[in-house]
Amino acid sequence: MLEIRGLHARAGNNEILRGIDLTVNAGEVHAVMGPNGSGKSTLAQVLAGREDYQVTAGGVIYEGKDLLAMSPEARAREGIFLGFQYPVEIPGVSTTYFLKAAFNAIRKHRGLEELDAVDFLALIKEKTKILEMEQSLLNRPINEGFSGGEKKRNEIFQMAVLEPKLAILDETDSGLDIDALKIVANGVNALRNPDRAMVVITHYQRLLNYIVPDYVHVLVDGRIVKSGGKALALELEAKGYDWIKADAELAQPTIA
Amino acid sequence: MAQVAKELDGYLSDFERFEKNGAAKGPSWVHEIRRAALSRFAELGFPTARHPDPELREEWKYTSVAPIVGLRFKPADHELSWPASDALASATLGSVACAELVFVNGRYSPALSSRRSLPKRVAALSLPAALNAHPESIEPHLARHASSQNHPFVALNTAFMRDGAFVYVPTGTVVEAPIHLLFISTGRGHPTVSYPRNLIVAGRDSQVTIVERYIGLQNDAYFTNAVTEVVVGENAAIDHYKLQREGEDAFHIATLQVHQGRSSNFSSHSVALGGALVRNDVNAVLDGEGSECTLNGLYMVTGQQHVDNHTRIDHVKPHCLSRQLYKGVLDGKARGVFNGKIVVHPAAQKTDARQTNKNLLLSGDALIDTKPQLEINNNDVKCTHGSTIGRLDEDSIFYLRSRGIGVEVARGLLTYAFASEIIKRIKVEPIRAQLENLLVRRLRSGLPVEDTP
Repeated sequence: MLEIRGLHARAGNNEILRGIDLTVNAGEVHAVMGPNGSGKSTLAQVLAGREDYQVTAGGVIYEGKDLLAMSPEARAREGIFLGFQYPVEIPGVSTTYFLKAAFNAIRKHRGLEELDAVDFLALIKEKTKILEMEQSLLNRPINEGFSGGEKKRNEIFQMAVLEPKLAILDETDSGLDIDALKIVANGVNALRNPDRAMVVITHYQRLLNYIVPDYVHVLVDGRIVKSGGKALALELEAKGYDWIKADAELAQPTIA
Repeated sequence: MAQVAKELDGYLSDFERFEKNGAAKGPSWVHEIRRAALSRFAELGFPTARHPDPELREEWKYTSVAPIVGLRFKPADHELSWPASDALASATLGSVACAELVFVNGRYSPALSSRRSLPKRVAALSLPAALNAHPESIEPHLARHASSQNHPFVALNTAFMRDGAFVYVPTGTVVEAPIHLLFISTGRGHPTVSYPRNLIVAGRDSQVTIVERYIGLQNDAYFTNAVTEVVVGENAAIDHYKLQREGEDAFHIATLQVHQGRSSNFSSHSVALGGALVRNDVNAVLDGEGSECTLNGLYMVTGQQHVDNHTRIDHVKPHCLSRQLYKGVLDGKARGVFNGKIVVHPAAQKTDARQTNKNLLLSGDALIDTKPQLEINNNDVKCTHGSTIGRLDEDSIFYLRSRGIGVEVARGLLTYAFASEIIKRIKVEPIRAQLENLLVRRLRSGLPVEDTP
């Protein structure tokens, strides 16, 4: 489904991604872990089409198409979803209106009939149950005055409504208490299926107790330095990131 | 009197003709007011960049009236013409209003007006009819509040005042449905000027909603020079809406002058969308203890439009509260001005005043000059003011796009969101709906229109 090859990206003069290789197949859940500043969020943003980053080398093929040539909205319509680390507050636009516009833009792109207000309301009512969301939140402006937990829950709720093929969840767990974490993880697990792939980006192993990944990748200084099964996450939790960093430096001597 | 500038000649000769014709039919005290105003106008002249009075220059610093000075406008009432009924249909409030007074090119049109459910003893009629029927209710107020002294266009309007609306709500009367004053300019193929003059008087403990709407049906150059005086009696409440959608080449210069009594409540919602050159002055004098004043404003301009909003709130008495929020959306090469002044008089202890002006620039060529001013003459007050100028937030645009919403729709949605803070404050439902609709269409972004964001 997704093939990332030798991806390099920079923000201004600062090179952040220095050659990422990653293949994600339908039905798989990949965890990307790494210390602060390793490039995890940049990878997520580049995949979603954020224009603040320039891709300087490498490429990304998504379902046989050149992902990097597509606008952010085209990517979303093709089935990519980014769960934001810091969801944006947008006063003046209700979540329901916004989601309906997004939902129908995606339907239209796929040649499906747009849903009217009544059918759409029925749909989101169904989806709020998965996330144990209060429906009144949906009539409020997008994320305005939401707690951190409510914002993250709203991200997963949007994912549930938009039903992406590839979901990239950027630190969906950070800042959540354990109850909120469980709700969010349950929401994510409910959406796992053989046609859908997920890339779960996290700093902490804790989330992976609830969302069990098929693969774990460790990102250090813009490169994936180690990949493995779910046991790798536990090893990281026990030993921290330093041993991996040391390994990575040995394996790839820096050119001064 | 100083030598009268040549550009005033046309107005002076128009005035002579005016005095001989229509103006002759009115009480003599009105004549005196007109003549005094004309002579003040002749003294002041137009507020150009070369004007000798520095204060007047400052008041008009960012707004050049040269296009108005350079044109010879004929008084519009020389010829009457009728608006197309579909144009009227889109501007009417229909049965939502208890009375609708329609003015075509500044002149009252009985045929287009209606007073279907006006409560007893409430007056809503044309100024000439009111001067005939209730001169005693008008004389204490007309031209007593809006001063010609330092404002050439108030002076000019006062000199030529002839028609407009008079609304009177007696003591203790609550008028539930809005009263709609609709001013339509039809365009004549040559530049014309009209001088709408309105007086709204709300007695003690009364309540009323006034909608003052200006629309242009053609894109000819014409000039609307309007003055509305509002007198809010003790413990009375007035909600005032001004909706301005003049034609593309129109000039619109208007003053709303409000005088508030003890414990009164006045709120103004001023929406400016049309016109080539627009200047709105909103002045409120809080002249009774415990009175409250809210001024909301929204201006949305594009192309070469110029819109200038001046507000002034005089806190004269203690314990008064004022709140101002003006928001501007500027696109194309449009230019906006916001000048808000709060004056706290020495006796006005415990004044609580807040003023905010926020602007959204949608293009690199749009421009806004914003100038909040505080003048505080005692030390027991709570006053804040501030202004912001910004562009659409890139993080928000990306957030919307990442969900599949196209970039143009995303921009439209965020612009809508910015403006909606003012529109949501509009309590007259059909007006709010009309504006929301208009906004969604104007943003031309393919926003779903069947419901609102």
